[in-house]
Amino acid sequence: MSSLLFDVPGPKARSRNRVLSVLTVLVVLAIVAFILLRFAQTGQFTAAKWRIFTFPLVQQTIVTSIGATLGAFATAAAGSLVFGILLAFGRLSDRSWISRPCYGITELLRAIPVLIMMMILYYGLPPLGVHGITPFTAVVVGLAAYNGSVLAEVFRAGIESLPQGQKEAGYAIGMSKGQVQRIILLPQAVRSMLPVIIAQLVVILKDTALGFIITYNEILFQANYFGTQSQYGSPVLPALMVAGVTYIVLCLLLSGFAKWLELRLRRGPKAIKAAPPRIMADA
Amino acid sequence: MDTLLNNLDLFTTGFKNTGILFVFSAVFALILGTIVAAMRVSPVPAMRAAGTVYVNTVRNMPLTVILAFFALGYPKLGLVPISFLSAAIIGLSLYTATYVAEAIRSGINTVPVGQAEAARAIGLPFLPSLLLVILPQAFRSVIPPLFSVFIALLKNTTVAAGFSVLEAGAIRQNLSERGEPAIVGLLWVALIFVLLVIGVLSTLQRYFENKWRVAR
Repeated sequence: MSSLLFDVPGPKARSRNRVLSVLTVLVVLAIVAFILLRFAQTGQFTAAKWRIFTFPLVQQTIVTSIGATLGAFATAAAGSLVFGILLAFGRLSDRSWISRPCYGITELLRAIPVLIMMMILYYGLPPLGVHGITPFTAVVVGLAAYNGSVLAEVFRAGIESLPQGQKEAGYAIGMSKGQVQRIILLPQAVRSMLPVIIAQLVVILKDTALGFIITYNEILFQANYFGTQSQYGSPVLPALMVAGVTYIVLCLLLSGFAKWLELRLRRGPKAIKAAPPRIMADA
Repeated sequence: MDTLLNNLDLFTTGFKNTGILFVFSAVFALILGTIVAAMRVSPVPAMRAAGTVYVNTVRNMPLTVILAFFALGYPKLGLVPISFLSAAIIGLSLYTATYVAEAIRSGINTVPVGQAEAARAIGLPFLPSLLLVILPQAFRSVIPPLFSVFIALLKNTTVAAGFSVLEAGAIRQNLSERGEPAIVGLLWVALIFVLLVIGVLSTLQRYFENKWRVAR
């Protein structure tokens, strides 16, 4: 691991590291102090700029917008998991008329920016006579399509990294291919790929903020709205600070839950020690 | 086809700006990401902590929020005014650098320990052993994840359309003003992105992978 890149420091290295540590701390403090100073000098910390957040109605709106973000996230996460599993099974199919289109769809969806996908759904479809497309559906379908195709690759890599014997054992006791995939391979693949899957879920949570651009009423959209209220001194930066901190907290909660889940599954009875392939989440 | 040809000026300007955003952000993110990765494996505890805090904060914030900070919030600070294009480049670089740093750090971990030990055995201090021995090998093994980061960056440039940068993502809005159908323009944009990602970047990735394959 990375700690093996250097030896245990001796007395000389220790004192050098101490000097470098102090220097780093000073540089970081200088940057932070400069930013805070600029914030203070332009009056971002004055009570007037934060007054808007003291109104109960505003606080309620913030809670509602957090709900909107979480709602879009939950729907899109469920959708992309289902879509991803279907695409992965499709690609692993023995019939080429199933596996080839699935391969094409996966590659295509991965190459189109999510925002463009949302715009196609939200601005492109209604003039063609498709009705009932709200910002919510555009955000959810766009996210599910893109992240589903990313997760499909993750599931496929997970299934293919499993020891061959697992599949053979399944066939040996007379299971069909579908049963082997569903009952034997998928649960193990999900377990070994869990960190990547969770990282992708964090990406979905973050990408709900793209809804801001297609007028979905989520956290950032509300923050931007509060920021333009000139009778409260246009608190753009305070509103963005609130939004940023909210997203960090939500993402950290999700990652924390993921760590807890991973530990729980590790302790499970049948944890397979197959080395998971190196795949990273796709922002 | 008419929508594309009649508004070629819009598409060229849009994708030119997308290109500018991509190239500048990619270069800055690569430099900053490498520095952060080096900080995160360095023997100095404070540097490791600073790198970790930076990566964890920025990675857990949506790109849209970061771009909003630089495009909408920064002008309020009364510092040197910057254009929306530069604001987007700064935001994209800071955001992508965290992903580059993580990719390179995972690459450093794949270099056999013996390499680092050999470097120390011939008396190289930390920084030269990192720069001369570890990183050149790490870069080769992180070509695939690094290219996924850059592909993500290329797609992420469209987010700047929400912050007054006339790039590929903003083509739709301008087309609507000229009375063109939105769907046709958007499908052209999507098609060009597919060509750029699958045609150009993936080909480059395969080329570099073959060229820099590690013989072990």
